[in-house]
Amino acid sequence: MNSPADRAPNSTFVGMPTVPPRSPYGAGNLRGERAFPKAAHDELANEQLRRNLGRATHSIRAKRLAVTGELPDWEQLRDAGSAIKTDTMNRLPELLEQLERKVIEHGGTVHWARDGIEANEIVTRLVKGTGSDEVLKVKSMATQEIGLNEYLESQGITAYETDLAELIVQLAHDRPSHILVPAIHRNRDEIRDIFLQEIPGVDPGLDAVPAQLAAAARAYLREKFMTAKVAVSGANFGIAETGTLSVVESEGNGRMCLTVPETLITVMGIEKVLPRFQDLEVFLQLLPRSSTGERMNPYTSLWTGVTPGDGPQDFHLVLLDNGRTAALADAIGRAALNCIRCSACLNVCPVYERTGGHAYGSTYPGPIGAVLTPQLAGMHGAKDDPNSSLPYASSLCGACFDACPVKIDIPSLLVELRHQHTEQSGTTAEKLAMKAAATVMQRPKLFTAAQKAAGLGRLLAGRDGTISHLPPPFRGWSDSRDTPAPPRQSFRSWFASAEGAEAMRAAAAEGVRHPDDGIQETP
Amino acid sequence: MRVALFATCLGDTLFPEAVKSTAVLLARLGHDVVFPPQQTCCGQMHINTGYQREPTPLVQNFAEQFGDPSIEAVVMPSGSCAGSVRHQHEIVAARYGDAALQAGVATVKAKTYELSEFLVDVLDVTDVGAYFPHRVTYHPTCHSLRMLRVGEKPLRLLRAVECIDLVELPEADACCGFGGTFAVKNAETSSAMLRDKVRNITATGAEVCTAGDSSCLMHIGGGLSRLKAGTRTLHLAQILAATRTAPHPLVEALR
Repeated sequence: MNSPADRAPNSTFVGMPTVPPRSPYGAGNLRGERAFPKAAHDELANEQLRRNLGRATHSIRAKRLAVTGELPDWEQLRDAGSAIKTDTMNRLPELLEQLERKVIEHGGTVHWARDGIEANEIVTRLVKGTGSDEVLKVKSMATQEIGLNEYLESQGITAYETDLAELIVQLAHDRPSHILVPAIHRNRDEIRDIFLQEIPGVDPGLDAVPAQLAAAARAYLREKFMTAKVAVSGANFGIAETGTLSVVESEGNGRMCLTVPETLITVMGIEKVLPRFQDLEVFLQLLPRSSTGERMNPYTSLWTGVTPGDGPQDFHLVLLDNGRTAALADAIGRAALNCIRCSACLNVCPVYERTGGHAYGSTYPGPIGAVLTPQLAGMHGAKDDPNSSLPYASSLCGACFDACPVKIDIPSLLVELRHQHTEQSGTTAEKLAMKAAATVMQRPKLFTAAQKAAGLGRLLAGRDGTISHLPPPFRGWSDSRDTPAPPRQSFRSWFASAEGAEAMRAAAAEGVRHPDDGIQETP
Repeated sequence: MRVALFATCLGDTLFPEAVKSTAVLLARLGHDVVFPPQQTCCGQMHINTGYQREPTPLVQNFAEQFGDPSIEAVVMPSGSCAGSVRHQHEIVAARYGDAALQAGVATVKAKTYELSEFLVDVLDVTDVGAYFPHRVTYHPTCHSLRMLRVGEKPLRLLRAVECIDLVELPEADACCGFGGTFAVKNAETSSAMLRDKVRNITATGAEVCTAGDSSCLMHIGGGLSRLKAGTRTLHLAQILAATRTAPHPLVEALR
């Protein structure tokens, strides 16, 4: 049906694969080991985690609302961000080729990686080419997604995270649980204990005071900055028009990595391209306000290829697909690629607030992660693929849509992915039940009969008129909620009854006196 | 105005008092309330759980039952069902329906209202002559708040109720954790959300927690009941339909 011959005769089919490749199964960090409800069960039991998360998300939420509220054109900025991103996705191949040309023109080298495996191999080859067995890392979601640190380690190369929160996670042999604040699940006391155990030569009298903790990390990292020859970064933006790459951060560690080492390797997801330099004006307002609740981020680094005598003299850009083309090929789901990784949706999500990021099993947790992860890595790589539970890890409350600086309609995308899941997973008990329910509900006579049968639910009810235990699959529901017993009479039978007709007649005759509606006065 | 009432499957079956109150209120405001008897369900539960093929006949039935040009407005005591009709039916129709269904869905969508929207936007009424001498707190359900953008409309209606003691709910716009089948598929996370909602409700000292959706109230009420919290739930329509001459039974219970 979709073969080139079926297309309009004067259109040219340029060879888009019918099933674009997704992130390869079993590689990288886009899939957990357990389905969301099972993973959430353990996280929900961790009271410390819930307290840490609740405090952190509430304070960052309030900060974000304050700084977005002070911009009179915030809504227009969101519209502009959404429009630029949508335009970018609509002509991604053209923009990426322009970016490649410009980077090469300015003395950089561009590599294309179909997936995480290829990207890891490219970076490793480049690092080995410098003769170094150490790399400094600037916080990067793309390299986290492909598991670069672990791969480098397997190749005898040590990666040092320089972002404070990433460093905490790395030293703790833990996984990040938030896009922006990877150690959000840890409190100060836990961080002090990690530093005491893992940083060589740290002051044993270290206090859990933020300034002291930061100073300890600073002393540890300073030596690395001065000696490392290679740095690996991600990119927040890549400008097609000029070939400029950009990273925004808060601690200055990024700027150190981007300027001091001799070789700089940037791994950038292909969706991070922006058409024009001027587009930065929109995103450098949207991103910090949405992510950290700051008017401006402390450090914005921009670099274009190499500049003789200034900064790294060898620059490589690795353009990473890893399932992004697959997402782009989904007419509805592609909107998820507009994400600028600000994490505003995580901070307002009631599900994330209770379960934390690890329950999602992916580098990308929270509402956007529940959309992006199955799109990049697929939901049916194996039987009971944990990723197929992610679209359901939401109550569809819509807070994420309201918070998103580029207006990604995350709830609708979740519903779309749920639909794709049910369409792709053969016959299940749930599907049969849904079909049966639809059959009953499309025939009013059957529906009325079912209502009468539901009345038998009264038999389950206690003296207080509520049901406290329900059979599977509703057992989880009734563990913490009573259910009202169905009443004796449905609305429709009341409305059709003499009593109902009389009540409606009386109401119509009654009328109501109103100051503001012009309806007739009570007779 | 000739107004067709959509009872919603949940309201019709489990919460008929909320629907009766809606019907009586609209009749009292001088409208010709009709109940197309072939109506059943809007299909929201199916669609939100990921099923769009299966509920296509429900979407079709909805469009047929309420498509009658003599019906000027379709009113329902549910923000989530109104949201489904307004935002999801056309998705289903575009995918699995024909041109006729798509046209039918568009026609019905344009005249579908949640109760508070209909009262405030269409009828331009905020004082419906209600009397409810109790301490009440209002939970703005997610789909009313964010899918329909009803905003302050329900609160404007409540503020005009005679003798009501309306108290603000802390963290009002946080989800109660229902989310349809979410409460079954992710029951534990849903329970954690419910616990916080119930704690915030009881902190207000309200006798009644009200909202525009029976489904969320079923969830919240189920949690309040399990914890024997004392606060009960009533649909917004039940408060708005209570008057001095026909008070809500709660008033009688106090005497």
